[in-house]
Amino acid sequence: MENKNNLRDEIIRRSGVNPSKCMKCGKCSGTCPAYDEMEYHPHQFVYMVETGDIEPLLNSKSIYRCLTCFACVDRCPRGVEPAKLVEAVRLSVIRQQGNNHLKADDIPELLDEDLPQQAIVSAFRKYTK
Amino acid sequence: MQRIGVFVCWCGSNIAGTVDVQKVSEALAKEPGVVHSVNYQYMCSQAGQEMIKNAIKEHKLTGIVVCSCSPRMHEATFRKTAQAAGINPYMVEIANIREQCSWIHKDMAEGTEKAIVLGRTAIAKVQLNAPLKPGESPVTKRALVIGGGIAGIQTALDIADAGFEVDIVETKPTIGGKMAQLDKTFPTLDCAACILTPKMVDVAQHEKIKIYSYSEVESVKGFVGNFEVTIKKKARFVKEDVCTGCGLCTEKCPQKKVPNEFNLGMDNRRAIYIPFAQAVPKVATIDANYCTMLKTGKCGVCSKVCTAKAIDYTQKDEFITEKYGAIVAATGFNPISMDKFDEFAYSQSKDVITSLEFERLMNAAGPTAGKLVRPSDGVHPHKIVFVQCVGSRCSSCAEKGKEYCSKICCMYTAKHAMLTRDKYPDTDVTVFYIDVRTPGKQFDEFYRRAVEDYGVHYIKGMVGKVSPEGNKLIVQGSDLIANKQLKIEADLVVLAAAIEPDKSARPLATMLTASMDTNDFFTEAHPKLRPVESPTAGIFLSGACQGPKDIPETVSQAGAAAAKVIGLLAKDKLVGNPCVAHSDEMMCNGCSSCEKVCPYGAITYENKEFRGPNRTTLIRRVAQVNEAVCQGCGCCTVACPSGAMDLKGFASKQIMAEVDAICK
Repeated sequence: MENKNNLRDEIIRRSGVNPSKCMKCGKCSGTCPAYDEMEYHPHQFVYMVETGDIEPLLNSKSIYRCLTCFACVDRCPRGVEPAKLVEAVRLSVIRQQGNNHLKADDIPELLDEDLPQQAIVSAFRKYTK
Repeated sequence: MQRIGVFVCWCGSNIAGTVDVQKVSEALAKEPGVVHSVNYQYMCSQAGQEMIKNAIKEHKLTGIVVCSCSPRMHEATFRKTAQAAGINPYMVEIANIREQCSWIHKDMAEGTEKAIVLGRTAIAKVQLNAPLKPGESPVTKRALVIGGGIAGIQTALDIADAGFEVDIVETKPTIGGKMAQLDKTFPTLDCAACILTPKMVDVAQHEKIKIYSYSEVESVKGFVGNFEVTIKKKARFVKEDVCTGCGLCTEKCPQKKVPNEFNLGMDNRRAIYIPFAQAVPKVATIDANYCTMLKTGKCGVCSKVCTAKAIDYTQKDEFITEKYGAIVAATGFNPISMDKFDEFAYSQSKDVITSLEFERLMNAAGPTAGKLVRPSDGVHPHKIVFVQCVGSRCSSCAEKGKEYCSKICCMYTAKHAMLTRDKYPDTDVTVFYIDVRTPGKQFDEFYRRAVEDYGVHYIKGMVGKVSPEGNKLIVQGSDLIANKQLKIEADLVVLAAAIEPDKSARPLATMLTASMDTNDFFTEAHPKLRPVESPTAGIFLSGACQGPKDIPETVSQAGAAAAKVIGLLAKDKLVGNPCVAHSDEMMCNGCSSCEKVCPYGAITYENKEFRGPNRTTLIRRVAQVNEAVCQGCGCCTVACPSGAMDLKGFASKQIMAEVDAICK
């Protein structure tokens, strides 16, 4: 139980998201373009983090299916930012995998000023696996 | 030297639980000027008050200090007690040792020490107190209602029925407000016009009510019982008292391309128009932005066809100044703009409409004569999707929408869905909802009827986006119960837009010095116990300008506001607050600083003769305070550079004595 809460607190801390702001309207899942590819949909993601049910998320392919398009972040009426939670869970997995980080030297040429920086970083985390 | 009596209250255990009241009364007995000091279980009780009265007589007291609860609770009680015993009520001071001491401290020693300091402070002040006598001001027995929707109409009718004169100021050419635009009303489905228009006629025919239509409040001066309001009657270029409302001009006017605001721009009207058939007053108005005659000087058709000779192109805005005893704000609401909600394609497709537009589409007097058709092609829709909570219940960090629940949308959406299914059984209706909120008499039963008897599909989930494809609208949303993402092909999408206070409310609140919340709803004097009064004396609140409300609630509140107004107007005189500013003419240098900061316009200047050196006469400009207008806020006393301005009952000397007593 304690471990479960620690994991939840870690995800919340890392993402800066407060999942208890969610009013369960489902607009994130109504918006999500990758919905059909995700085992756990954005609104479930928020709920599962809130209740500390994180183990299934760590083992789910869903965290690599999120496009980080930020549509859910943009549309959420409560400002919950589900994509940041997905990112934080993804990060938890990646950090446990060892030498799988992007090299700092490689970053500058990959930058595109039209893209949110978080999108670039998360995209590379996915594709360098 | 004052002879001061100190009375320390236990307030049961409220004070005595954390403050050693015995110690407090003993300590305060040693203060200079104190000749009598006691404590008692409940000072505010009959026995406690008798104790004070007897002490005043027995010890020949000239000043009283009561160490008890907040002065907001019982200052008036103890002042009356003192008055009954023959001393001036303003010789009473309260030391708040409950809210500001015992309730917030846990430690007995600390609480007791602070109570002694607070008591000592009040004693220091009462040493310098002087008897004060409140002035009286007359009450103008006429009320002003700002806004002519159902809230303003009901308030005006109730005040007028009690025998007082009422003026209604309405910015539109007719009264009626939002309710006049509605089709049917929940939960009984009576037609809005059928129940509203008789009330509008009552207003028009009531001998005590005067309507200033197409008018706005320009300025407000004065104070409770004595407001002076300037009303701007906008030029309508039609003589109101001559026009018969026959409507011939509105048929002949060649300028046909004016968006009809009454139908929310879904059809056009002429440049000269009567908003709707039952308008009150039923008088034509020329829209100066579109009238060819007013713009170019060439046309004059309306003037030619008018048999009553009511058209007057030279009419100017007129300003009327009138006195009122009370003012009621009834400025109402509007749906919010959908500009920031691109995901619902409101600006991309004509077939995405708001619920108020849907009301007009369903209304027999609306742009389609009550036939439900798509605005884009006039084709009957077979699949309609309603989206609830558009812009309501948004977090403050979400950058768009409102934080509050708009309250009326769940019910009117159920109504729209039900009416659609009733009139067009071939039309499939889906409602996306987050929660269905239906507290109200017969409300939940109404919503369940929509689901169970009329076959409306309610889906728990929010719509993420609407995309126009061909002549269809693809609605993508989530079904949270089935845990599915849905894509529905719809012909028409109806958005339940959040409501917000009318834009005129903010500048009006400034004129009235009435307070507002962060959403621009008027604030009530107390959220539970004084819900129809503004904290500003003489200003009352009616309808949705105070918060989202449906019609039954609005009418109840309108009646409540009227009752408060009647209570005020029934008085012949108002007793003022004697704690007002006054200026020491010998010290005043006539700089005008006080005049500039006074929020009530209570200060004027006068040239007065003074004796100068060597038997000469000097004329000096000095400040004069109108004590009936002054509210005792004290702004002027702070602004005055020469220290001439002072507040009776809160003189600078008294405040300094209090500070000294605390710091001792």
